[in-house]
Amino acid sequence: MAAPLEAYISGVGQSEIAVKQTRHPLLLTLDAAREALDEAGLNISQIDGVSTYPGRVPAFLGFSPVGADELIDALGIRARWYAGGGEITSQLGAVVAAATAVRAGLARHVLCFRTVYEAAAMARPEEYPPLRRDRVDGQSQWFAPFGAISAANWTAQYAMRHVKLYGLTREQLAQIALTDRANACRNPRALVREPLGMDEYLSARMISSPLCLYDCDRFTDASTVIIVSAGNALDEIRCTPVRIAAMAGTVERHSWDQAEWMACYPTGSELWKHTDYKPADVDTAQLYDGFSFQAVAWLESLGFCGVGEGGRFIEGGQRIALDGELPLNTFGGQIGAGRLHGFGFAHEAVVQLRGKGGERQIAGDPKVAVATSGGGPLATALLLARD
Amino acid sequence: MPVTRPLPRLDSDNRAFWTGGAEGRLLLNRCQDCRTFIHPPRPVCHHCLSEKVAPEAVAGTGTVDTFTVNHQKFHPAFEVPYVIARVAIDGAPGVFLTSNIVGCPVDAVDFGDRVKVKFEQQDDVWLPLFEKI
Repeated sequence: MAAPLEAYISGVGQSEIAVKQTRHPLLLTLDAAREALDEAGLNISQIDGVSTYPGRVPAFLGFSPVGADELIDALGIRARWYAGGGEITSQLGAVVAAATAVRAGLARHVLCFRTVYEAAAMARPEEYPPLRRDRVDGQSQWFAPFGAISAANWTAQYAMRHVKLYGLTREQLAQIALTDRANACRNPRALVREPLGMDEYLSARMISSPLCLYDCDRFTDASTVIIVSAGNALDEIRCTPVRIAAMAGTVERHSWDQAEWMACYPTGSELWKHTDYKPADVDTAQLYDGFSFQAVAWLESLGFCGVGEGGRFIEGGQRIALDGELPLNTFGGQIGAGRLHGFGFAHEAVVQLRGKGGERQIAGDPKVAVATSGGGPLATALLLARD
Repeated sequence: MPVTRPLPRLDSDNRAFWTGGAEGRLLLNRCQDCRTFIHPPRPVCHHCLSEKVAPEAVAGTGTVDTFTVNHQKFHPAFEVPYVIARVAIDGAPGVFLTSNIVGCPVDAVDFGDRVKVKFEQQDDVWLPLFEKI
């Protein structure tokens, strides 16, 4: 029996990351695609699949202005397979879908993308009307009537539980934002390239306790592209392939309040069932931090420390610093680099494994990285390896 | 005219929940075969797949499972700061309601606080808010 077909990440690319961009969101996506294609040594005619999260969202275009089918048409892609939708295990679920497709032989090179346009949309409401509803329905009805309107509120309730059960302190939690901002200073594309100090963090205004202003990411206009290539198509690419060594995703009742706890925990356990690698083999962790606490929960979920030990694990910040034992969110995370919405973590994992991090490149010869998205009711984890 | 809270669109699934407060009752969907509570309300039991589900009143008391004090003005209807809490509902294992703890200072709320429902009517909806017992 032939060995199963593996899935690899070939090219990765990113547009400029900024706020209130005027460049068309399709063209931002093209910027990221061009960079990814260049790195892979592919041209657009070799792309035969497209995958995205969450697809075009007509009622809320700033959140997701570009659909997979729209991109296929705009760039003249001859797709044999494509997928785009929000009903997957969070943003990097689009990469899981692409990897599954190339393993099944449905496509050879799948262009995965996430394009966000939230700051531009707020600046141009006539072109990108804000989400307006006379009445709320679906999941929103259980939160919005009580002013639990932002994901900050929902995530804060998880974080408060950690404060109560395990004694997470503000000084500990601060290390996510401080680390992100320190790393962002070394990333020329990052949105916020200024260091953040502990005093400034501690004196910031609260958004939703225990999360303060600096625990939250910032709206951004940008696109990230990740090309997933089949193991039998590697002779067509010229960059070092990065193998998708394991994937996992879960959904916890798709609810922010009915599930007992966060979806990142079962996802983290599940990931290690699909690989011989162990947490100790990981050279860098790129963990979803739309809100800082999610990164703490992911550290526990993936077994870098025990459940409840996340606060002590990051205390002082040395362990997760660029020169620490587990460099975290080396591009600045979403708090420093901007709200790329999940794809930035997989992008950076590949950059680090290829030694292309420039000023932010971690030392040694990193071979294994983990990248995640989501964490609340939905979660996805990817283990990436340079063999 | 004061700005109202965002209100749910009523349908056959959720009407009992959002209007039970008119009679002072907190109604949760319950499987009539295996007795599991089903929230959010759906026309089928997620435990035994029975379609015999119907709203039943619960006591309306519960315990604060977790909470946050929101300071950000996300919506004009809400004066900040206010408490958002996840309340574990007495007599309905596994059912939590996200709501507000009202009638006390925001710093008076803690984990494990015992609370009781207090309905607030807006238009055709009775919102189950909670106050400390």
